[in-house]
Amino acid sequence: MGKRAAIIGAGQTYHKSIRRDVNGQELINEAVTRALEDAELTIDDIDGVVIGNMDHFEGINYVDCWSIDGSGGFMKPTMKLCTGGTTGTTLGIGGYHMVASGMFEKLLVIGWEKNSESDTTGAIVTATDPILDRGVMAGALAGLAIEASEYAAAYGATSKDAARVSVRDRGNACNNPYAHLRKEVTLEEVLSSPVISDPLRLLDMCPRTDGACAVIYASEDVAEKICPQPVWVVKTANRHSYSRFADIKGQTGMLSLTIAAKELWAKTGIKEPLKEIDVVEMYQPYSWGGLIWFEDMGFCKKGEGPKFIWDGVTDMDGECPFNPSGGVISTNPIGATGLIRCAEVAHQIMGKAGDRQVPDVELALATGFGGCFWSDMILYSKNKPA
Amino acid sequence: MSTENEQEVELLTVHSRTDVEQVFNYSAGRYLNRFLVEMRDNARIIGVKCPKCGIVYAPPKEICDPCYTEMTEPVEVGPGGTIRNFTILRAPFVDPETGQAKPVPYAFGNVQLDGAGSLIQNYLLTDDDSKIKVGARVKIEFHEKRTGNMRDIKGFRLID
Repeated sequence: MGKRAAIIGAGQTYHKSIRRDVNGQELINEAVTRALEDAELTIDDIDGVVIGNMDHFEGINYVDCWSIDGSGGFMKPTMKLCTGGTTGTTLGIGGYHMVASGMFEKLLVIGWEKNSESDTTGAIVTATDPILDRGVMAGALAGLAIEASEYAAAYGATSKDAARVSVRDRGNACNNPYAHLRKEVTLEEVLSSPVISDPLRLLDMCPRTDGACAVIYASEDVAEKICPQPVWVVKTANRHSYSRFADIKGQTGMLSLTIAAKELWAKTGIKEPLKEIDVVEMYQPYSWGGLIWFEDMGFCKKGEGPKFIWDGVTDMDGECPFNPSGGVISTNPIGATGLIRCAEVAHQIMGKAGDRQVPDVELALATGFGGCFWSDMILYSKNKPA
Repeated sequence: MSTENEQEVELLTVHSRTDVEQVFNYSAGRYLNRFLVEMRDNARIIGVKCPKCGIVYAPPKEICDPCYTEMTEPVEVGPGGTIRNFTILRAPFVDPETGQAKPVPYAFGNVQLDGAGSLIQNYLLTDDDSKIKVGARVKIEFHEKRTGNMRDIKGFRLID
């Protein structure tokens, strides 16, 4: 086993549907500056940069080079990671691997997206098989809608159950000064918002956002010297499943997340995630994911998600708050979205989460979602792993 | 530099059409080639069976993902099938295939053709959207004039 590694600083931009005031490099630099300030480091302290986004949103293919002025990567080892929707958590996992390997001591990890610069759904369609999947495919929206249709048919969950998740996350976003959408909504407002892809309504779905996030990982050799409360990586798990959307066979939930969660809980000895984990930032781009994927991760049995959500166990004052930041449903700069999950739980563990702080966070989970229903999970701890 | 709240000058965005004009030519590959030719010439769907787990993939492909096994046995599937999931898309977007706004609304879903283990994605055809349900029966419909691509499939017609 390699070195233990921890997040020692994190920062994100303000998020909007169009950040017309900055170009991509300037947006990236805004997040980098905040992360360096948070860690009380300068760019000279950084010995490598990893950056990621989804190429086809901006149509810029050599982002690692193109972004050097913003990232601070001039004459540093720099590389790009991209795994579609999971890019942000792949950055969180890949950055951890690089520091844990002992090859890097202080690594800057950046995720960003300027979703306003192209048609988001059109760009997502280019992620699918060019011969088979593009004729009728309609991006993340329709892909998620078909998942909801399966789940509703199998377990009898309703749009009202899903709306309860949306009410939770959109309410939480009001406590987050960085969130893109900060407006409380009622169940009635969610249920009367326009249907955009049956059964999904506008307020069930994430926005598209311009924004960036940066996280600094340090190895155990220096983490505690730099940071009063390093945020240690306990374990990561990730799974890819099928290569075509239509190979996903129905009614079993999200296979990749189910298997990743099983691995994560087995490797960490966690028996009851709901009781043992203090806060979760889930890559949940639509309300129904708060039901289906909550179950797939083993927080409750299959089909029981709605009951737990209505009981309030995932609310800010519940047993295990989900998405105190307002989550992806409130802020979604896609290549940054997964890394924002890591940054948010890092600040929860550091006690720096401001009005969205959950008390006494020791163990926190960040997840990623993308591609053909792929899954990343990262468990962070206040305590240095053995 | 000024912050976003202190806009002193007009903020410009620069328009580009580069990606829309870029043309790609994809090789169908050994498996999809046969599939597309059979569909074009004989209006039938030929899948392939995994020798290890027995699942039939339609459309076919070389490798069964869970078994990592090469598949060689062709199997005809359909024309009947069952809807496994669906949506009716209502939000407009730009189709990257054409660069034009995709006409909405339209119903599409993943259908399990009789004899297949995988699903196939296409339009759902009906005069009554309320009939579209998980588990509903459908039959594949082809266009009269077929050219050897997925657009040869008109969609799946709901049958009462």
